[in-house]
Amino acid sequence: MGKVFRFSDDVNTDEIIPGRYNVTTDPKALAEHCFFEVRTDFSKTVKGGDFIVAGENFGCGSSREHAPIAIKASGIKAVIAKSFARIFYRNCINIGLPIMISDELYDLVKDGEDIEVNLKEGTIKILKTGKVVKSKGFPDFILKIIDAGGIVNFLKNHDIGELEDGI
Amino acid sequence: MGTVAEEIFSMKLSRDVSAGEIVLVDIDVTMSHDNTTPLAIKALRNTGKPLYDKNRIVIIFDHVQPPASVESATLQKEVLEFIKKEGIKNFFREGICHQVLVERGFVLPGRVIIGGDSHTCTYGALGAFGTGVGSTDIGVSYATGKNWFRVPETFYFDVNGSFAKGVYPKDLILKIIGKVGARGATYKACEFGGKTIESMAMGDRLTLTNMAIEMGGKTGLIKTDKVTENYLKSRGYPYKEIVPKDPNYEKIFEFDVDDLTPQVAVSPKVDNVYPVEKYAGTDVDEVFIGTCTNGRIEDLEIVARMFKGKKLNPLLKTIIVPASNEIYFEAMNRGYIKIFMDAGAMVCNPGCGPCIGRHQGVLAPGDRALTTMNRNFIGRMGSDKGEIIIASPATAAATALNGKITDPREVI
Repeated sequence: MGKVFRFSDDVNTDEIIPGRYNVTTDPKALAEHCFFEVRTDFSKTVKGGDFIVAGENFGCGSSREHAPIAIKASGIKAVIAKSFARIFYRNCINIGLPIMISDELYDLVKDGEDIEVNLKEGTIKILKTGKVVKSKGFPDFILKIIDAGGIVNFLKNHDIGELEDGI
Repeated sequence: MGTVAEEIFSMKLSRDVSAGEIVLVDIDVTMSHDNTTPLAIKALRNTGKPLYDKNRIVIIFDHVQPPASVESATLQKEVLEFIKKEGIKNFFREGICHQVLVERGFVLPGRVIIGGDSHTCTYGALGAFGTGVGSTDIGVSYATGKNWFRVPETFYFDVNGSFAKGVYPKDLILKIIGKVGARGATYKACEFGGKTIESMAMGDRLTLTNMAIEMGGKTGLIKTDKVTENYLKSRGYPYKEIVPKDPNYEKIFEFDVDDLTPQVAVSPKVDNVYPVEKYAGTDVDEVFIGTCTNGRIEDLEIVARMFKGKKLNPLLKTIIVPASNEIYFEAMNRGYIKIFMDAGAMVCNPGCGPCIGRHQGVLAPGDRALTTMNRNFIGRMGSDKGEIIIASPATAAATALNGKITDPREVI
């Protein structure tokens, strides 16, 4: 169970972490500046196991991987959005930050409410109402990367050509 | 058979490939810069694999160049050690990555290029498939020489007509983004064609493809033609024809530029696009001309023509950053740099300049900047209480001359 931090449409990577804070590769230091300007209380109030729920096009803008790293290091268990920007989507899968796509959830939860997420099943339960929402599935080859905990872990034990078996 | 994107992937894999397919392909060039290389090195090291092919890697220092803080200097030092250790030859600090890659012949028709920078979509102006990725994807290519792609569907932008005086390709791409929306082309290849594009110089084509990402596009593409061929041959680079063959476009947008007027995109979203008249007279604190969108010689030429013999108000910060050393030299030879400095503008060394918000003209709280950048997100140029408006180089120059937002048609 975790608390929802709710964001609207088109949240960009400058909002997730402004460029001038990308001066380190240390995840903890990046997490300190996560949503530093648009939601100043985020890094102080987020707890391990909390969730981000957002509208369309989450993570648009720069290719900076500092953005999903900052979110992951801040303890967020999963980001659930109506849709993701393309580069951000790849980055999350590559670094092992769980993402889920759901059109429905956004209008069903408020900021600060509790939800329970089952990543394996792809389900999200809204505790207040008991309603369960199902997220969209991933193609098999992406599941392989997700199951390994990211592409780097995948490559530790596999050849990249093995991804093709899932294509 | 297909769109420019499908043609490139089909050629690459020697079989017919269609939109929607997931493909694993050899990456011709893997590019990253001072901001994104440190995490790519980390990813490579964590795979436990050696570097697959150092000759297909290009590293450019452009984002904060020379380093403006101990932190950036430290990260760049790490990258320099990697370059030395691995014997990477393609390392440059002579301007913005996207301009340098084009000038140095890494961007050729039919190539598949990934870059640790979202504006890698620029390369499609030469018929290459370029797309931005994160650092881990760069690390994957370092380790394997390959990466996976979903072959994108294509939106086709059919552009016809002639630009009126004072109206430029930047106004066109802003108009397009305003119409399509910041996420209107997510995952799509954005192919530009039509009579207007056919008569456009390479520098102007690069302005269009550069901003495909601002509507969510995976890449921007223009079929190769005489302009592409002449551009490449004049530099001694090989040309190959990449044209659509019986393409099936997901959507076709038609634009007529005959009646197009100068446009601005106001804070905080690139699709907040309006005719410049709406904001005419608004005071500004900074004008910045440069970036991978508009820091080329064609852009500087417009500004030089408008600044010649004029004096700028020193209370306004006017900053000009040529996109590369080659452009800087050309601007010097043509006398533009003297014109800029005589007028009172500050000319900085080639690179990303204040577009990254870390040096060469950051905004104070309450500052309003009019720039030729590609993004106007909150906090991008410094203070989150600053405001960014994006426009063409002509609108920027007119605004610098008047100290307030000005329709360039009044000045030209």
